[in-house]
Amino acid sequence: MHDIKEEVMTKDQEVVIDIRDLYKSFGENRVLNGFNMKLNKGENLVVMGKSGSGKSVMIKCLVGLMQPDSGYISVMGNEIRILDRDSLDTLRADIGFLFQGSALYDSMTVRENLEFPMRRHKEKLGQVTDTLPLVMEALENVGLAHTVDLMPEELSGGMKRRIALARTLILKPKIILYDEPTSGLDPITAKEIIELMRSVQLKYQTSALIITHDVDCARVISERMILLVDGINYAEGTYDELVKMTDPKVEAFFKK
Amino acid sequence: MDTTITIPKGVRNFFIEVGEMSFFAGRFFKEAVKPPFEFKELLRQCYQMGNRSLVLVLVTGFIIGLVLTLQSRPTLVEFGAESWMPDMVGISIVRELGPVITALVCAGRIASGIGAELGSMRVTEQIDAMEVSGTNPFKYLVVTRILAATQMLPLLVIVGDAVALYGSAMVENFKGNVSFQLYFYRVFDALSFGDLIPATIKSFFFGFAIGLVGCFKGYNSKKGTAGVGLAANSAVVFTSMLLFVIDFIAVFISDIFFDL
Repeated sequence: MHDIKEEVMTKDQEVVIDIRDLYKSFGENRVLNGFNMKLNKGENLVVMGKSGSGKSVMIKCLVGLMQPDSGYISVMGNEIRILDRDSLDTLRADIGFLFQGSALYDSMTVRENLEFPMRRHKEKLGQVTDTLPLVMEALENVGLAHTVDLMPEELSGGMKRRIALARTLILKPKIILYDEPTSGLDPITAKEIIELMRSVQLKYQTSALIITHDVDCARVISERMILLVDGINYAEGTYDELVKMTDPKVEAFFKK
Repeated sequence: MDTTITIPKGVRNFFIEVGEMSFFAGRFFKEAVKPPFEFKELLRQCYQMGNRSLVLVLVTGFIIGLVLTLQSRPTLVEFGAESWMPDMVGISIVRELGPVITALVCAGRIASGIGAELGSMRVTEQIDAMEVSGTNPFKYLVVTRILAATQMLPLLVIVGDAVALYGSAMVENFKGNVSFQLYFYRVFDALSFGDLIPATIKSFFFGFAIGLVGCFKGYNSKKGTAGVGLAANSAVVFTSMLLFVIDFIAVFISDIFFDL
């Protein structure tokens, strides 16, 4: 494994996420069956797949929330599977994760939600004593500065998603992982979230891995796409390239 | 001839659960002594558990004291032994009724609350979000809650005992013209360290059991929102059962050391 890591670091400095031969089963059900993926620096990569195809499992393996059965996962040159807890936590400061259901802490105010990730990563923020300006900056980026003292239960679904994105941005991550960023939102709010994702990428120069089954979201945001079918990366290319494919399994994704 | 013995599924699942809970408890002891320590969250949990259970414990304790005295009084009067009322009520409340009833009330209030809260956090991915943000959720959520329950239960038991004795003294004052001063003098005269120490020690174990089971059920909650209700419900049932097991062991050990 060490050799593979060195190879990645020397041959392609621009790869920030490298997944090779990823396998994961739940009992008899094999969800990932040798999945491969590379995310380049500054790129927006969309992984599309049907519900239950293993997209969320893959992204959770990527941040160490789930252990794969086998395979190689490297994030910015660090092999996730062999990292100890402290090293993994340090690496996680550079990875933002936007959860499908926003995952805001419902016993905390918006301000406390945004301050929470700063507890463990004070060294990354330098000599910051007052966290409020950072919180306000992150909230202004998502257009919700007025919600700072509200509780999550007082927010709409779209606002929660924006706050969750603000919480993701508070540590200024280099990579952002989006798990179904538009699911459960109405088309207008979904469009706003997609716009926000684009503006975030421009402002923070992040690399983004977006897990979705929303074709409109994929069309707007993606620079490259991977179709995850039967646990493998079945097809790969830009949105336009994939739309033109005549393979029935690929066509099924883009049928209106 | 087939000689294999089939263990019923329910029994097997019970022992699997006990095993998993033991590992969970082991992880608690490991994480509890490892920095960083979440003092702020621990204090918040102590406040939440203590403050929110206080009224319940006060009301329950007071009524237990009243009822116990009212029910026992006719029998003691019949035997001309009503002067033994403070001794009897004092010992039974301090040794047994106070800790057990307070723990049962707190099992319903605290264990189910923890089970539901952590279960809900699990299904809405809040625990995963905590992990990804670099905070150890086990330390932040589980260790603090178990420690808070372990610390707060003995305090609640002391309050519950005091209120129960006050309720009993009220009845004696009203029905038997016994002054509060005399009543409490007789209560403290009847009590010894052999009554107070085992009761206090077992209260710590009751608190630990309440925190442990509540956290275990909530933290490992599955099956979506239905699992949250299940976690809260089974936390109360399992804790209540465990409290009686701990009580039996505590009485058994106390009997050896304090010659009850």
